Amino acid sequence: MKKWDLEISSKTFWWKWNLKEVWRYRDLLLLLVMRDYKASFRQTILGPIWFFIQPIFTTIVYTFVFNRVAKLGTDNQPPALFYLSGVILWNYFSTSLTSTSNAFIQNASIFGKVYFPRLIIPVSIVLSNLMKFSVQLAFFICMLIYYTNFTMYTANMSWHIVLVPLLVLNMALLGLGAGMIISSFTTKYRDLAYLVTFGVQLLMYATPVVYPLSMVKGKLLSIILLNPMTGIVEGFRYGFLGTGSFEWGMLAYSFSFAAVMLVIAISLFNRVEKSFMDTV
Amino acid sequence: MEGRVVLKAENISKMYRLGLVNSRSLSADLNRWLHLVRGKEDPHLKIGEMNNRAVKGNSDYVWALKDIDFEVNAGDTMAIIGRNGAGKSTLLKLLSRVTQPTTGSIGVHGRIASLLEVGTGFHPELTGRDNIYLNGAILGMRKSEIKQKLDQIIDFSGVERYIDTPVKRYSSGMYVRLAFAVAAHLESEILIIDEVLAVGDMEFQKKCLGKMDEVAKGQGRTVLFVSHNMAAVKSLCEKGIVIENGQKVFQGPIGEAVKHYMSKGSESALRRQFDFVKNDHFSLTEIAIYNDPIGQEELLLDKHKIQISTSFEVLSSEVSHIAYHVYNESGDPIFSMGTMDIALQMGTNTITCEIPPYFFQSGTYYLSLYVISKSQKAILIEKDVMSFLVTDGDRQMGAFMGREPGDIRPQFNWFSA
Repeated sequence: MKKWDLEISSKTFWWKWNLKEVWRYRDLLLLLVMRDYKASFRQTILGPIWFFIQPIFTTIVYTFVFNRVAKLGTDNQPPALFYLSGVILWNYFSTSLTSTSNAFIQNASIFGKVYFPRLIIPVSIVLSNLMKFSVQLAFFICMLIYYTNFTMYTANMSWHIVLVPLLVLNMALLGLGAGMIISSFTTKYRDLAYLVTFGVQLLMYATPVVYPLSMVKGKLLSIILLNPMTGIVEGFRYGFLGTGSFEWGMLAYSFSFAAVMLVIAISLFNRVEKSFMDTV
Repeated sequence: MEGRVVLKAENISKMYRLGLVNSRSLSADLNRWLHLVRGKEDPHLKIGEMNNRAVKGNSDYVWALKDIDFEVNAGDTMAIIGRNGAGKSTLLKLLSRVTQPTTGSIGVHGRIASLLEVGTGFHPELTGRDNIYLNGAILGMRKSEIKQKLDQIIDFSGVERYIDTPVKRYSSGMYVRLAFAVAAHLESEILIIDEVLAVGDMEFQKKCLGKMDEVAKGQGRTVLFVSHNMAAVKSLCEKGIVIENGQKVFQGPIGEAVKHYMSKGSESALRRQFDFVKNDHFSLTEIAIYNDPIGQEELLLDKHKIQISTSFEVLSSEVSHIAYHVYNESGDPIFSMGTMDIALQMGTNTITCEIPPYFFQSGTYYLSLYVISKSQKAILIEKDVMSFLVTDGDRQMGAFMGREPGDIRPQFNWFSA
């Protein structure tokens, strides 16, 4: 048997990831991210300002509902900073997850006409959202500077702030992995897609976004600690605001969780991408 | 390089499931999965049926392609021809890796690029320039490669003035021009092209075909081309594969392949005997359609006269005359024809209608038979009693390859003052 440059076969090997090919298409990845950025603010007047408006309003509403009405504590932090940090982190995770989980269905028309490594699409979604997240993070930092300079508040930043890029990466991988697993299942049976939309909303309450982890006690605490996002949100606040908790164990847990999930996700995705056009 | 096998398909088949995806398909999936886990053969693979959409099947599973084998050498231009639903598109999808074969394998040497559609991934909000980059990257080009060819692409498309306008503002013609321009500048050793010819105006079509000819002959690349347009196929390709009901029925030089395809389609259709079109007044025995002069009998060429000859028995004195309604491919009526000038006798009659050369455009036409009584009522109607395919004769390369508009193409007299 001669060696072919490319062999199209009826057999699928879940361990064949073909990352080399993904690398060859890196320009496409870049262009897709650019497309998302350029296309999202065409024909808007405020343009990228929309990136801020949504977290600002969410923060205001959370402050009112969870802080003023429900009297939930914020670890002695200004509610604006406390909620804003949670909101931007959670937004990044949840939009990455939900849009990745639609990757196959949304792009069926392109996938049906031309081949490129399908993995490019979920990765481009997560990267596009990362760009949005960075802008929001910059906004958060501006708020932090404002609070430290113009109010009585003193930020308690710790050196753990250098770990923030790692936390963001971890979060990106979590969203990517979970989204890809769901997208692999929804090509044929759409049931999961319905679950995702409200499942993500519910999951937020199992993450210390609108309350500090320090308020949670007993059995509930161990459940919330199982959530890999818990360590990320807490670690982020610890770095910037100096509250919450930071443990290497939690970080290690989140990372291994993401890594295992990603391996499962890519293997599943690889299996499904070959024939999903027949069932989508 | 010349003569080396660059693409080899072995035994490839593709099975599709018909019907809806629901809880029943879930149980079928579980069943299949259980068989696979226990290391047994997929039970559903056995019950697949042949791909023939006209025949009602018993199984939910159908073989869109079955055991296709072929080889393509470097520098070959190969046409894949077959009727609608024969499995051409499925084969293209397998070759371009959009979906996976159910059995078999395909080996490829060199880069393979496929154009099943132009403008895949165009984003309406982005400008023409941005879309060139995006579309090029989707088709597998590197950014540097696109940058290098950008001027050529814009030039070829002829929409330079609008290149920094979002493509949603483009006319459909401009859109297609830009899309084809990107595709035309793809550089791969093997190029797979679906019928993208049916786009754009005449001038642009000519340009596209010229470009494809250049790619195939000038640059010596390997091209696989799928089309219904026999004139284009003949002038572009050297070899052909004929697919019928998901199976390869012929492979060889293009002339013979086209002949094979034409004959397969119309052999029975060009002369058809009837015993079911009858009532108390009338009984149809045969309809024959042929060129005059009779050339290649299996082909109806537009450049010759076409004769439609009808044989029937008149069983009662009620019958006055017969008429045909002629429909085009999309089922629109074009005209009706019939004559009262010929007095029919009781018993056997054969009447022939002669259609002048260059009357019909190339295409498929359907006849419905009407038997009219003396009181001007239709006493027998047989819809779609016969169909025939008119083909255009050979045309020079570089001439207009697309189909002219409309169903008929009468030759009128022209004068200059």
